[in-house]
Amino acid sequence: MVKKLMKGNEAIGEAAIAAGVRNYFAYPITPQSEVAEYLTWRLPEVGGTFVQAESEVAVGNMLFGAASTGKRVFTTSSSPGISLMQESLSYMAGAHLPVVLVNIMRGGPGLGGILPSQADYFQSVKGGGHGDYQLIVLAPSSVQEAVDLMILAFELADKYLAPVMIIGDGMIGQMMESVEFPEKYRDESNPDEKDWALTGAKDRKPRIVKSLFLNPEELEINSLTLDKKYREMKKSETRHELYKVTGDTKILITAYGTMARICQTVIDELEEEGISVGLFRPITLFPYPEKELFAEVIKDNIEYILDVEMSTGQMIEDVERIVKGARPIDFYGRTGGIVPSPNEIKDKIREMLKK
Amino acid sequence: MDKQIEVVFAGFGGQGVMTAGQLLAYTAMEEGKQVVWIPSYGPEMRGGTANCTVVVSDDRIGSPIINNPMSACVFNRPSLDKFGSLLRKDGLLLINSSLIDVKSGRDDLTETLIPANDIALKLGNPKVANMVMLAAYVAATDIVSFDTLGGMLDKKMGKKKELLDINHRAFEEGRKLIETIKA
Repeated sequence: MVKKLMKGNEAIGEAAIAAGVRNYFAYPITPQSEVAEYLTWRLPEVGGTFVQAESEVAVGNMLFGAASTGKRVFTTSSSPGISLMQESLSYMAGAHLPVVLVNIMRGGPGLGGILPSQADYFQSVKGGGHGDYQLIVLAPSSVQEAVDLMILAFELADKYLAPVMIIGDGMIGQMMESVEFPEKYRDESNPDEKDWALTGAKDRKPRIVKSLFLNPEELEINSLTLDKKYREMKKSETRHELYKVTGDTKILITAYGTMARICQTVIDELEEEGISVGLFRPITLFPYPEKELFAEVIKDNIEYILDVEMSTGQMIEDVERIVKGARPIDFYGRTGGIVPSPNEIKDKIREMLKK
Repeated sequence: MDKQIEVVFAGFGGQGVMTAGQLLAYTAMEEGKQVVWIPSYGPEMRGGTANCTVVVSDDRIGSPIINNPMSACVFNRPSLDKFGSLLRKDGLLLINSSLIDVKSGRDDLTETLIPANDIALKLGNPKVANMVMLAAYVAATDIVSFDTLGGMLDKKMGKKKELLDINHRAFEEGRKLIETIKA
């Protein structure tokens, strides 16, 4: 495999092509516009199509239509744009459609700013649209992981017939790192073999892709079918990574995405001072690696948990739910596009150790 | 070489600071290092200053954001004001003395004056000031070899032969300048 130096946004575009995607709909917004810029020339080279929609609402509905045909489709956007797609996301979840969305998060609420943020955790993980549904949510912490998770996202979407969201902050989109693409990967799925896809009803009974069930018994069955999928995901699809978690670790940091990388620097620097801190980094935010986190926090040597986010505290609600009071949990976060520096986090940890 | 090296390239939009940083990142990657290149993409870009940070390491790179980098190449006065004070103790500061007539005022840094624009003008194209500076940085730190750097320039700019030549000469001038200072 050849190593390339690529901007996260461009690598996400190339990863979609590697995953066999030939249909992309989007509307430009900082800090993810380079995905569309890249795919504008790259998709036609492989016989694909990019439609720049008139708005993010239109993007959502284009995804809904294209996904119904059984082809792999995706979009990329940033926070305010993703908000506009929530209606169609709820519809696509209800209609069991495989689709991938990438949110390169910026500071909010509202139009907010253009700098990195993780303030869309609630929207992604707890359901930004209406109804009993969940998204599979993946959080890369490097450009290479963004590429790997793109491929995984399309596979999970196909496996569960469900929307998958990748959330990265602005840094993931803007920074350049070395990446390798899986050259041998092939999309084995065939729309004609999917018993739900709208491929033309010649010589067979017509199919309907819908989220409207006016009969409450039917709607309940649909919701229970969704629930069954989410339970299966919780059993089989959780992913996480530990960093320097040892038998001496006193403080366990929980952080995801780029924030987790910054915490790695904190952990390395504190190690030199003789302070043992470890990191629990969830890669799947839904399904959350619950059992895995609980197993780490109840170890005898763990005294505190520190949740670090680029928000005023969102993932911490899941951490609290999982830890169930077994250990005290503290929080450090910056928001509005300000990225916490390693020094700030180190100061926070030293202050915790004084208690 | 230190385990991890960080350098900021900072200047006006159009001075080629992003390109200089990218070329360094490509070259270090070619030599088997881990690299991160991260631009400032905030609103200040529209105000006329731009910067990028390059991190080069033998190991996996943690934080891509470096609050106190160990070295900086500053191309204009606002960049000196911003990064001169942020550099770590014992850091390296290369100052484009063609456009900046002061130093950082710190006594715990190695400061080197590089008349990058004057040298570029003498070569016949002010746009290669960024390459004079990059070569000076490489010569001062040995972060990558000039062979790999020159090869990467050919790879990235191979189609524009006339530009290629002047960029190579800019490398040569930047390198000579540091060697003179060292000697």
